[in-house]
Amino acid sequence: MAGYIVRRVLQAIPVLLGTTFLIYFMVFAMPGDPIVALFGDKTPPPQVIEALRERYHLDQPFIVQYFIFLGNIFRGDLGVSFSGQPVSEVLASTFPVTLRLAALAIFFEMVAGITVGLISGLRKGGIFDASALVVSLILISLPIFVVAFVAQYIFGIQLGWFRTTVGIGAPMQDLILPALVLATISFAQISRLTRASVIDTEGQDFVRTAASKGLSRNRIVPVHILRNSLIPVVTYLAVDFGTLMVGATVTEGIFNVPGVGRTLYQAIIRGEGPTVVAFVTVMVLIYLVVNLLVDLLYAVLDPRIRYAK
Amino acid sequence: MKIKRIGVAAIALAAAGALTLSGCTSGAPSSTEGAGSSTAIITTNGSEPQNPLIPTNTNETGGSKITESIFAGLVYYDVDGAPHNDVAESIETDDSQTYTIKIKPDQKFTNGEPVDANSFVDAWNYGAALDNAQLNSYFFEGIEGFSYDENVPELPGLEVVDDTTFTVTLAQPESDFPLRLGYTAFKPLPASAFDDLEAFGENPVGNGPYMLDGEGAWKHNEKIDLVVNPDYDGPLKAVNGGLSIIFYATQEASYADLQGGNLDVLDQIPAGALSTYQSEFEGRSVNQAFSGIQTFTVPERLPHFSGEEGKLRLAALSKAIDREEITDVIFEGTRSPAHDFTAPTLDGYSEDIPGTEVLEFDPEGAAELWAEADAISPWSGSFQIGYNADGGHGPWVDAVANQLKNNLGIDASGAPYPTFAEFRTAITDRTIQTAFRTGWQADYPALYNFLGPIYGTGAGSNDGDYSNPEVDSLLDEGLAETDLDAANEKFQQVQEILFQDLPAIPLWYYNVNGAWSELVDNVQYGWNSVPLYYQVTKSE
Amino acid sequence: MPSNITRPDQQHYVAPIEETPVVAIDAVKTEGKPSNLWIDAWNDVRKRPMFWISSALIVLVVVVALFPGLFTQVPPNNDCQLANSNGGPTDGHPLGFTKQGCDIYSRIIHGTATSLSVGIIVTTLVFVLGIVFGSFAGFYGGWLDSVLSRLGDIFFSIPYILAAVVIMSVFSQYANVWVISLAIGIFAWPATARVLRAEILRVKNSDFVMASTALGVSRFRILLRHVLPNSIAPVIVITTISLAAAIVAEATLSFLGVGLPSNIMSWGNDISAAQSDLRTAPQVLILPSIALSVTVLSFILLGEVIRDALDPKARAQR
Repeated sequence: MAGYIVRRVLQAIPVLLGTTFLIYFMVFAMPGDPIVALFGDKTPPPQVIEALRERYHLDQPFIVQYFIFLGNIFRGDLGVSFSGQPVSEVLASTFPVTLRLAALAIFFEMVAGITVGLISGLRKGGIFDASALVVSLILISLPIFVVAFVAQYIFGIQLGWFRTTVGIGAPMQDLILPALVLATISFAQISRLTRASVIDTEGQDFVRTAASKGLSRNRIVPVHILRNSLIPVVTYLAVDFGTLMVGATVTEGIFNVPGVGRTLYQAIIRGEGPTVVAFVTVMVLIYLVVNLLVDLLYAVLDPRIRYAK
Repeated sequence: MKIKRIGVAAIALAAAGALTLSGCTSGAPSSTEGAGSSTAIITTNGSEPQNPLIPTNTNETGGSKITESIFAGLVYYDVDGAPHNDVAESIETDDSQTYTIKIKPDQKFTNGEPVDANSFVDAWNYGAALDNAQLNSYFFEGIEGFSYDENVPELPGLEVVDDTTFTVTLAQPESDFPLRLGYTAFKPLPASAFDDLEAFGENPVGNGPYMLDGEGAWKHNEKIDLVVNPDYDGPLKAVNGGLSIIFYATQEASYADLQGGNLDVLDQIPAGALSTYQSEFEGRSVNQAFSGIQTFTVPERLPHFSGEEGKLRLAALSKAIDREEITDVIFEGTRSPAHDFTAPTLDGYSEDIPGTEVLEFDPEGAAELWAEADAISPWSGSFQIGYNADGGHGPWVDAVANQLKNNLGIDASGAPYPTFAEFRTAITDRTIQTAFRTGWQADYPALYNFLGPIYGTGAGSNDGDYSNPEVDSLLDEGLAETDLDAANEKFQQVQEILFQDLPAIPLWYYNVNGAWSELVDNVQYGWNSVPLYYQVTKSE
Repeated sequence: MPSNITRPDQQHYVAPIEETPVVAIDAVKTEGKPSNLWIDAWNDVRKRPMFWISSALIVLVVVVALFPGLFTQVPPNNDCQLANSNGGPTDGHPLGFTKQGCDIYSRIIHGTATSLSVGIIVTTLVFVLGIVFGSFAGFYGGWLDSVLSRLGDIFFSIPYILAAVVIMSVFSQYANVWVISLAIGIFAWPATARVLRAEILRVKNSDFVMASTALGVSRFRILLRHVLPNSIAPVIVITTISLAAAIVAEATLSFLGVGLPSNIMSWGNDISAAQSDLRTAPQVLILPSIALSVTVLSFILLGEVIRDALDPKARAQR
């Protein structure tokens, strides 16, 4: 087991190199000069553009820019954003916020998705199953911005249950509403996955064996059915956690969450290469760790799965 | 030009909405002076500054809202855009070329340093020098000795006479130079700023009505806290306790916060609320003109748009657009149809300049002109208007395209560019092969600011490469006039020619749309759409 | 509870009781064609009304996409009059008008092709890449797993909005269905791959796999014939839902300004354009959403039927 973990950690190095290169290339390939955009609708004199390009190393060829960036990273210098803030500070202020938001959203979709999926799976074809399908269908047919606006209007403005946007410091109670909105995206996936998996597991021999041993339904469902149905669900939750860490752009924008999604989006739009790459690098690290944990969790959920031959 | 663009701006119609000139200011400032608390903090919307807070490097609304509050310039603009002295004692000239500027004695920065002639001259020299690559450097290009080709650390045109006096010599006469001095780029800097400008940009020290609430008052991506500067005793002295500017990535979020009671003063309304905000905030909202105009430009280099054929087609396009209908339906009456190339808040504005009828909706006339042009050379292809898709321009571009389609019988559509950077680069490089949206928001309240930088031959923002010697000489003559009225007359003559040539097709004027909470009073929006925060009172 | 008896050549599933007469249970049929999982599934599926209902719906949607002219004579993009902005139904315009004054019914009909294509292209991309990467990584393990999984990690950690901005910008001259589908799909497949990999890790240790191995069946054949069919259920669930997610993602990209240009009709474009008037004219947004829901529902139901049919254990229960 230890050998397996060490190998996985070592694998992170090529992944990091690959990702930073790919991202850097993508930012570089984005048409449009970020310097020109700094001047708004006004056209800047070419000489000033030149001077600014030099300052941000944008006049260098792509590969040189990449190695300057890589060299700086090894020295612990992630660069400075256009607004003069060290990128490391940007990371330190945004990641904790998004981490909390993502964790909360995962918690909501896990509780709701697994519960609904379990019940639908056990009572396949029933009223509950059908209603769950309709609800999840509505939720996935609406783009996230619609769900977010409606939720903000009803729960924030009309009912006043939540603050309309997230306040300074992003306190936990303000994050509940955006987390619920985020949870609606994957609720359908989680509940449908759980349902399918439960149906699948119910037909397995060991469930029948358990039943024939005379075990009560209350014991079979959580211990035998649920636990053995969780592998695809847990995998999907881990994947979704990754998505939420960077993909919450729209929701973070609507609820004004000072998190990764919003900041990263602005950096992308403004063509701030170093900021984008730094964000994605941290993102990959988180993702690698989560995936490793999930892989280890498989062995717990299903003792037949073994690593490190 | 202030860049009014916010992060996830796709969600938002960029900039402010509009009002008709009749002035539907639904919330006239009440006269309950002194009803508020002098320590109350006003919360308002802003956006994360895109650059460090150095006046010569701040050119977008997010940053300039802050620099305008913490720095006091030689002059300030009142609610109508008229300039008045702030730090300046007097600004004098005989020939519109050499200006003698005297500043009030015993002024201080908040760190105790004196505000003297050097504070201005050093800051301007820094802003103008090529090596410093300041975003606002072009504001100094009229000063003698300015160069884009070599680094000039000290402009020969700037001369310190004594502690409170300096002179500015321009390369050529420019009568509206004093009008510009209220712009952010012309603010003073303390001598200590130059020790480490990077650090200064993070914790700027100014001389304005407000100052930062200690080190680290700028909480990136969240907010910035300003408190009243006790040393400031100028005309903009604040009657409240300070400002807390919350950074929003979207207009929707800021509006939701006003609705939810988390915000006091808002100066932008999201597209979705334009039809309802005035009734929702009855008596606490504003829809009034400010100095900005939306246009679109059809470069002459496009096929079918040069020479006589081009003039006919441009006039046809202009007449085929029902500006009234678009401002009513798409903007819910928060824009006003344009009647010229400038803005209605400016001194010297007129909506009756000869030739202005080309901006009136006339589908039959448009079709006739288009047919005349077809007789010269038959139209082929599709007419497209380029725009940046991250700025909320899609709906009006589509509406214009639909009207062109319906009224001229041609194929027309919008051509979105995913990012602002790509859009502006295509324009700057002249690689764009379609018409494109253009617009202008005043740097300073003067007609020339809407004409010279855009329609002068080779001018900085002449994106359509328009060139007409008559226009150039009239612009120069206007600038050389020492009398503003005489100057404005020349500028109106320029516009008469522009109506013939249509180097850009004016669409509508911007309005400032805003609203405020029940807690605050005395809210007024300036000529440039920014609320006059210093006079806002708040009850606690 | 059906009897739990298996035939030697088909350990991987329990044949339905009605196909296995009691008298024949103890005898192994050696003549006759060996039954095939896919044929069995088809025999099962065609007996179900839900299969025919969902298929009919899908056929209808496809016909609308291919021949919009059969369903409406109103041009979707011409003659849009602002005077009709957000207007209600009138003669010849059964669903009313959009903000720009275009006919909603006509736009929904004409937008079907784009939205359906985006959904299908993205889903296919994700499905194919997901299956290839996921099954090889899970089944073969070792260094192949490392390489494929880490490749997936790289792709997955790239924010799809960045991908969309870059891809849509680079190919802005050809902003069409293929480009936007690529932008949505190219970085989405690792999710499917990971779920499949996990399921295969579980399934490959099953008795029937070991039995097949013992019988000398080749590894690849085991993967194809035994492991994959028994691991595919969650992938089908994800895939059918991601069809909806893809169509909706197109709307979200439009909302962020990196979607298709507005002269290409799509449900996503219309939904995104209608969001600003959500409170004053919700029908403009809801109508294309309903079209989207119906399409998605038919695919989900079809996926459900297929998943059921491919899962012998679940089938056996009925």
